[in-house]
Amino acid sequence: MTLGETIRIEGGRVLATLIRFTGDIGLAEDALQEATIVALERWTTDGVPAHPAAWLTAVARNKALDRIRRDARRRDKEIEAHYERPFEMEEDDSLRLIFTCAHPALSMEARIGLTLRLVGGLKTSEIAGLFLVPEATVGQRISRAKKKIALARIPYRVPSPHELPDRLAGVLAVIYLIFTTGHHAFEGPLDSRFDLAAEAIRLGRLLVGLMPDEPEALGLLALMLATTARQRARLDEHGDIVLLADQDRSLWDLKAINEASLLIEKALRRRRVGPYQIQGAIACLHGQARSDAETDWRQISDLYRFLESFNDGPVIRVNRAVAESKVFGPEAGLELLEGISGVDSWHLYWSTRADFLRQLGREAEAAVAYRSALAMNMNDADRRFLERRLASLSLA
Amino acid sequence: MPLYAALIYSEEGGEASPEEWSKVMAEYNEFSAKAGAAGVIQGGEALEETTTATTVHVKGGKGGEAVHTDGPFAETKEALGGFYLLKCADLDEALGWAAQIPGAWRGRVEVRPCVDFSQAQ
Repeated sequence: MTLGETIRIEGGRVLATLIRFTGDIGLAEDALQEATIVALERWTTDGVPAHPAAWLTAVARNKALDRIRRDARRRDKEIEAHYERPFEMEEDDSLRLIFTCAHPALSMEARIGLTLRLVGGLKTSEIAGLFLVPEATVGQRISRAKKKIALARIPYRVPSPHELPDRLAGVLAVIYLIFTTGHHAFEGPLDSRFDLAAEAIRLGRLLVGLMPDEPEALGLLALMLATTARQRARLDEHGDIVLLADQDRSLWDLKAINEASLLIEKALRRRRVGPYQIQGAIACLHGQARSDAETDWRQISDLYRFLESFNDGPVIRVNRAVAESKVFGPEAGLELLEGISGVDSWHLYWSTRADFLRQLGREAEAAVAYRSALAMNMNDADRRFLERRLASLSLA
Repeated sequence: MPLYAALIYSEEGGEASPEEWSKVMAEYNEFSAKAGAAGVIQGGEALEETTTATTVHVKGGKGGEAVHTDGPFAETKEALGGFYLLKCADLDEALGWAAQIPGAWRGRVEVRPCVDFSQAQ
């Protein structure tokens, strides 16, 4: 591991402790920055200490105190209070930081930006690059969120047990949104932002390490691992989409699928099923099937039906329709698509519909649905795929 | 004697110069000295900017799920109908109480921190 990587990985934990110690995110970041500069000099000559995080924390704590003392607006009493505050790293510091970054009083964009910046240790410019938004926009979102945390006094703590289910769902949603944004790019080449998916998996692992008994945290990590396991097989040499049924399964990452399956088994033993565990289980069933024909579509469609009892949104309904069509035929799939609302501008709804119509030989209607899909925004690979499908219809 | 709430609306977001800021403060000090001497002021607070606001809505009536939105209440057909001044340890506690105000399910409750003049800015 390079010095820079060590610092980035340890930095998150150190920052989490420093924020508790200083009660000021900006001050904690500055102190860590200064300590990092010292560390890079010292470690290059003396080698990395046995406990780099503790080393960084101690140096950064003194840097923070120097700043507090230099700050003429602060009163002596406040400085004394800081001296008395315990500064040892606590196990819960990283969780405090994660829950603060994903606080429901912040906008989703702010939660994502803060989580990547403070927990993930990414630079503002890196976040801007991954989300294809100007650096100034990301910087402004993050600084505004930090200001709100300070002025509105968003607490720095792990939620109490009765709040935990809701608040944990919020944290998982932030990580999963980072993942899906990276795994399936909305614009440009499909794989163009895969670094984001990798970052989300890193965050997912961190969370599982901190909350090993939370089955939904295990479920989310399993879902992300089993989904990215198919990464290398989903595009051909031209960058075109290869459908799940046609993928070369020898390209799948079996190690990741096995890890995901073990995580799901461990999660299910806790007997607190939730939407991420179900989706993780579905992704594992796909991963374990040696061919499309051997896929347990019946169990997958049952799992989607179960998933709908947690979340009856259109995305799950469309996925369930695909699974049911594999068991009961395209007619059944089409029937499930009827009556979904709020999907008119979602290209995957239209392309799924088009595919059912195509299988039923209703080509004129299929062509209309493909054209509706193509009228929407999507990445390049999805677009080329739909154009090929449309062209393959005999009357198109 | 009847009570009246005087709600102050002003432009925000601008970085006022220190001179301008002290002029504004002087004007407010002048007003509060005058109205205070007359025994008119019963209470009052300066609010932090709307970027620090959180709006609470409780879905499906009393005891329902509290939904939080970052930012101020964007006025539509509801109008300001009242206010409470809550003394709470942190935003979570304030949001917890706000979700129990009937206005949270009959409309929206915007929670905004008051300026803490004792803190060095």
